[in-house]
Amino acid sequence: MRQILRLTVNGEAAESLVAPHQSLADFLREDLGLTGTKHGCDLGDCGACTVLVDGEPRLSCITLALECEGREVTTIEGVARDGRVHPVQEAFDRCVAAQCGYCTPGLVLSCVALLRDNPSPSEAQIRAGLSGNICRCTGYTKIMDAVREAAVELAGQAPSPAEGSRRD
Amino acid sequence: MPVTAFHAPSSLADALALLAAGGRPVAGGTDLVVELAAAPDGGPPGALVSLHRLAELRSVAVEDGDLVMGAGVTVATLREHPLVREHAPVLAQAADRFAGPQVRNAATLGGNLCHASPAADLAPPLLVLDAVVVLAGGEGGEAERRVPVDAFFVGPRRTARLPGELLTAVRVPLRGGRRASFQKGGTRPSMDISVVSVAASAELRDGVLRHARIALGAVGPTPLRSPAAEAVLEGAPATAATVAAAARAVLRDARPIDDVRASAAYRLHLLGVLAQRVIRDVIDR
Ligand SMILES: Cc1cc2nc3c(=O)[nH]c(=O)nc-3n(C[C@H](O)[C@H](O)[C@H](O)COP(=O)(O)OP(=O)(O)OC[C@H]3O[C@@H](n4cnc5c(N)ncnc54)[C@H](O)[C@@H]3O)c2cc1C
Ligand code: FES
Ligand code: FES
Repeated sequence: MRQILRLTVNGEAAESLVAPHQSLADFLREDLGLTGTKHGCDLGDCGACTVLVDGEPRLSCITLALECEGREVTTIEGVARDGRVHPVQEAFDRCVAAQCGYCTPGLVLSCVALLRDNPSPSEAQIRAGLSGNICRCTGYTKIMDAVREAAVELAGQAPSPAEGSRRD
Repeated sequence: MPVTAFHAPSSLADALALLAAGGRPVAGGTDLVVELAAAPDGGPPGALVSLHRLAELRSVAVEDGDLVMGAGVTVATLREHPLVREHAPVLAQAADRFAGPQVRNAATLGGNLCHASPAADLAPPLLVLDAVVVLAGGEGGEAERRVPVDAFFVGPRRTARLPGELLTAVRVPLRGGRRASFQKGGTRPSMDISVVSVAASAELRDGVLRHARIALGAVGPTPLRSPAAEAVLEGAPATAATVAAAARAVLRDARPIDDVRASAAYRLHLLGVLAQRVIRDVIDR
């Protein structure tokens, strides 16, 4: 039996009928057509499906859609600000931190949350912050470059509402 | 299990009623949703009872001489909460080595204990802290029942929790002067299920160890204490010889198996190394 789900996705109210076992990743991709969220392993291991729920990185493949009732979800489609890509996205582009790009949306969202909570992370803190996102192409060197560049860039700017505030 | 409905009650009474009617609790879902995806048609059909709206399950407080942590407290919160860091730093240490950021934001204390994997990382620290779990529901209705963590794990993936019961909180008795430490071995620093984990705690008075506890993960059917090593440590001088003897004794209580993560022989080797490290850390802390 399908149940009604009401939540906010990328700043806009969304409403849909979902199955009780349906994952958030499925809901975003199939019901809302937001295909920037990727299915990698669907087991919680790779991070390709990372989205922000109330500002916190979560794995949408192992999060039930109905758990997000009344919450605010941010996907890769929602991180741009005022029609401009997010500084983290710009840094990934500039540093060529993507090859096939399958891991990139998830990595960008983890990185957005990491830099919001810790604007000038150490090398070890970046590694720990992105440890739930696997990239099988790049070898991570350019991803690390991009995160460091984005941190410098963001240090000069105010945070955007799209990133949400973290609610505990 | 074919899922028939999803409920998100906002009161404990409603949650217990739904569980009494055969519902299955879902907290962070990091074990359960993976399980549902692997076997969507396995087992009898049932309803899911989400715990996320039960605010009382998410509190951390000091009450009657215990650190009381709600079952719905996430691993991310255990890692950062000032009361946990002050009164049970060994639990924060285990939370720090748990999975990665996304899983820590979802995974809960109650889910880790109720899933009852032999490799559950929060179990060894809670065993050495003499923690007690609080259960409500089932036959007892809303009345509470307390079970020492020591008696909670009864077999692989099996606990003393009765049908319809909800784990509501975990209580850690505060004890001044207790030191504790945790170590986990895997193949990488994050996102890895423990190949072996070990926690130890003791008080150190006049160079002598008292109230020693040592607990092991992923080397038996459940997380377990090591009576042999505890006997070696109790009343012993805090010396290198004691550390070595206790780390040898630990091996007598371990019954590891070969599986995809490691061989039994490697687990025993790693266990000896990690046991030395945690005991040394308790002494030097
Ligand atoms: C990628 C990945 C990495 C992981 N890494 C680790 C790790 O490093 N260390 C580790 O120990 N585990 C790890 N796990 C396993 C899992 O995250 C933990 O066991 C977690 O604590 C489970 O909590 P949960 O809230 O997600 O439980 P859920 O999946 O919601 O529930 C687990 C079980 O407990 C029951 N349950 C939940 N809450 C209650 C309650 N309050 N009362 C009664 N029953 C309840 C459910 O019905 C279910 O049977 C990992 C999992 C994944 C997917
Ligand atoms: S697709 Fe969700 S973690 Fe891999
Ligand atoms: S760029 Fe291909 S997986 Fe990361």
